[in-house]
Amino acid sequence: MADAAQTPLLRMRGISKAFPGVQALSKVNLTLFAGEVLALLGENGAGKSTLIKILGGAHQQDEGTIEIDGNSVRLNNPLKAQSVGIGIIYQEFNLVSGLTARENIFLGQEPSRVCFIPRAQEEEKSRELFARIGVEINPNTLCRDLTVAQQQIVEIAKALAQDARIIMMDEPTAALTPREVECLLTVVRELRSQGIGIIYISHRLDEIDAIADRVTVLRDGAHVTTRAKEDLERHEMIELMVGRSLDKEFPSHECQPGDVRLAVKNLSRGTKVRNVSFELRAGEIVGLTGLVGAGRTETARLIFGADKKDSGTVELDGKLIGASSPRDAIRCGICLLTEDRKSEGLVLGLAVQENFGLPSLHQFTHKGLINREQESDAFAKYVKQIKIKIANHEQSAATLSGGNQQKVVLAKWLQRNAEVIIFDEPTRGIDVGAKYEIYQLIHQLTDEGKAVLMISSELPEILGMSNRIIVMNEGRVTGEISDVTNATQEDIMKLATLREEMAA
Amino acid sequence: MKNLDTGKLLSDYGNVLVLLLLCVVISVVTLEEQSPRSTAAAENLATIIVGDAGKDANILILVRRGEGQQEFANTLKNTLSKADLNVIDTVVGTPADARAALEKQTEPLDVIATDEHMAAFCLEQLPKLAKKYPTFANTTAYQPKKHLWPNFLKKENLLNVLKQISVVAIIAIGMTMVIITAGIDLSVGSLIAFSGVITALSIQQLSGGADPTTGHLVLGCAAGILVCALIGMGTGGLVTLFNIPAFIVTLGVMFIAKGLAFIFSQSAPIPIANEGFAWLGRGSDLMGLPNSVVLMLLLYGIAHVIMTHTSIGRYIYAVGGNPEAARLSGVPVKWILVFVYTLCGLLAGLGGVMEASLHITGDPKSGTLVELQVIAAVVVGGTSLAGGQGKIFGTLVGALIIGVIRNGMNLTGVEAHMQSVVYGVVILIAVMVDQLKNRAQKTN
Repeated sequence: MADAAQTPLLRMRGISKAFPGVQALSKVNLTLFAGEVLALLGENGAGKSTLIKILGGAHQQDEGTIEIDGNSVRLNNPLKAQSVGIGIIYQEFNLVSGLTARENIFLGQEPSRVCFIPRAQEEEKSRELFARIGVEINPNTLCRDLTVAQQQIVEIAKALAQDARIIMMDEPTAALTPREVECLLTVVRELRSQGIGIIYISHRLDEIDAIADRVTVLRDGAHVTTRAKEDLERHEMIELMVGRSLDKEFPSHECQPGDVRLAVKNLSRGTKVRNVSFELRAGEIVGLTGLVGAGRTETARLIFGADKKDSGTVELDGKLIGASSPRDAIRCGICLLTEDRKSEGLVLGLAVQENFGLPSLHQFTHKGLINREQESDAFAKYVKQIKIKIANHEQSAATLSGGNQQKVVLAKWLQRNAEVIIFDEPTRGIDVGAKYEIYQLIHQLTDEGKAVLMISSELPEILGMSNRIIVMNEGRVTGEISDVTNATQEDIMKLATLREEMAA
Repeated sequence: MKNLDTGKLLSDYGNVLVLLLLCVVISVVTLEEQSPRSTAAAENLATIIVGDAGKDANILILVRRGEGQQEFANTLKNTLSKADLNVIDTVVGTPADARAALEKQTEPLDVIATDEHMAAFCLEQLPKLAKKYPTFANTTAYQPKKHLWPNFLKKENLLNVLKQISVVAIIAIGMTMVIITAGIDLSVGSLIAFSGVITALSIQQLSGGADPTTGHLVLGCAAGILVCALIGMGTGGLVTLFNIPAFIVTLGVMFIAKGLAFIFSQSAPIPIANEGFAWLGRGSDLMGLPNSVVLMLLLYGIAHVIMTHTSIGRYIYAVGGNPEAARLSGVPVKWILVFVYTLCGLLAGLGGVMEASLHITGDPKSGTLVELQVIAAVVVGGTSLAGGQGKIFGTLVGALIIGVIRNGMNLTGVEAHMQSVVYGVVILIAVMVDQLKNRAQKTN
């Protein structure tokens, strides 16, 4: 455990970094001791990612020093960072999906370029690494056949194989199910006990509570505080990050469900979605949850026309709609905010404003020509309303932080003014302050009589926001909870793991 | 902010700088003494002669036959006659004609007014003639004042460059859109030949052996263009419905169209028996600009507006950048793909008509390897083969760069095989610059 007299494993002093138009970091200090978990907290755009990239050698600081074991180092490229023992587990994994776990672990570290790869030796070493982490994975499995959680373990093993003593994890649990999160936390504890220093970034305060020894908070690129976790209450963490006090994580809201707006009947597609039926009423938020792979996203895609359904019907306001493509669905008044904004939500090469206008171009088009000013005005309204941090409307979507990308996606769909809105993990990777704003927005939509389907893996979010909860497992609806105020996470988990009996 | 903007400008239009630099280099290399042939030069020359020669001086005008020379001679004659000088004869012809005219002379001749070619002839012949015939004892030959000017920067040459690139540049509009959607179209070269053959055959059929009327010509061209548009639509359909890579589909279409062009034409060029057909390829109706160049500029203007100010343009970029995100945003991805391939086919058909018009023939051999020139123009113009990025005017600049290099090498007498090597190097440099640019953008 951390000891003040000890030489820190890593010390960053006065780190500053500017990008054109933004001061991403100004004089940030950070210390990490061997055998501790340091949680790095901050809202989107607070500078966490920049700090990680500097440590990983992808960016160079403008000023400030980095010391490892008390020796000053210059991390001018990723290889250099690797060689001093820094391993980074990015949100997007750097695994080659067509290679096996073993090959990925030793990729780039083959003993010699001309010799045969010492396969047996590598396999032995892989098993050792997995054993050390405490997880069993067959080193000869192709990475594409591994679950997200297993791929993450492979990433960790890869870092350990390179003798990493400092491991940084950027939102490691974003794509994991609750059970997988538990496993990962166990792995992190195991690594800590082996004297490895871990920098852990997450927006999920439960995890921070469960695992962190100390907490460093960043806000707007500046260091706010570093304290032992025991000295920091949960609401304090939020206040420090946001810079103002938030009474609650979820806004309170009165709901008066009206008429049925969307009726889904017997929707099926292969084994992913089987006979799913439910209704959405006006002014209602229905939470759709389940374990990863339960068929939630697939159901949403069927309603939206993104995939072809085998059978079943979708009715909007009592009228059958045969949405065979997203374009049809959008025209009817259904929109879907996808889970993965990078691959499905945004065209990264286009300007943010162009992404924003994509589904609504007809609104800005006069005599066949797009009125860019009108489009820009409409976008500016949302930039203000949901506080999107951008330098200008013309910057490419790729340059935004994850949270801001999600907000652009949100703005894009709000402009469409759809009647039924499906949110797939609306707050994944989004900071606490922005989450609250998004929740408020969802409430505002239901106040206008729209129907909202919210898919989420975060049970507190489901319980805090929904008027009704639908739980799925293995492609089926396994239960519905109407009395949300008295429901618990356990109730949901029970339904989420309910398997259909094999009985005929 | 300001620095950022100039940086963006440079990366967006960096190839304009390359083009200007090339023009400067080629201008310097092709710098040469020029003898003007304009009417202004003729008037100038006449004024000098009027100043030097006395009244009623006998003058013979000798001008080499050629484009615009008759006008030069007429202007000379009119201006000199107005000043009461005695223009005995005006010869626009070959040196042999000039010699005949000179030997016919009976009166003493004071002045021979010439252009540069005839001046050289006179310089050589006058001393000999003076010995033989006394009529030439006091004859002086005048020619327009020479001045230093690059051959490259002459108006005819520049128009020629534009005219030469027009077919490639017009097809490159469609190719740019296809490449922005992350596709490729290898069939355009064959479609040029196919379109030309179809056009010529249609005109033959329509006119039924007689000389075709203008109506027949227009219908024939429409047929050629339409057939190619339909082929493009088929290509787009195969790419979208069967999910076959565009490279493969268009490779197939390339062979099919080429083969059909030879089969339909029975392997021989099909002449078109109406000189009016040359209007598009050879005519220049607007302020001396060739019609093909006017058409090219017009199409570029329209394409630019489509790509920057319409939904279709926005959709094309979106489809190339991320087809799945575009689809989930309600972009009709398949229609957009069919549209770009159809347009590319249509423009290739138009290019075929232009080629046919230039030679007044539907030739199955035309258009060979033009697809590569078109792709080169697009790539040199800064459009990324990975899709999602590119600019229409960038492609025009790309086509100009290639055209200017070719012209420069022709003017300086670089032989054909060396030209090929240079093209290759230019394309590689363009792609490398593009990569460096992307890398610079990423690290920013």
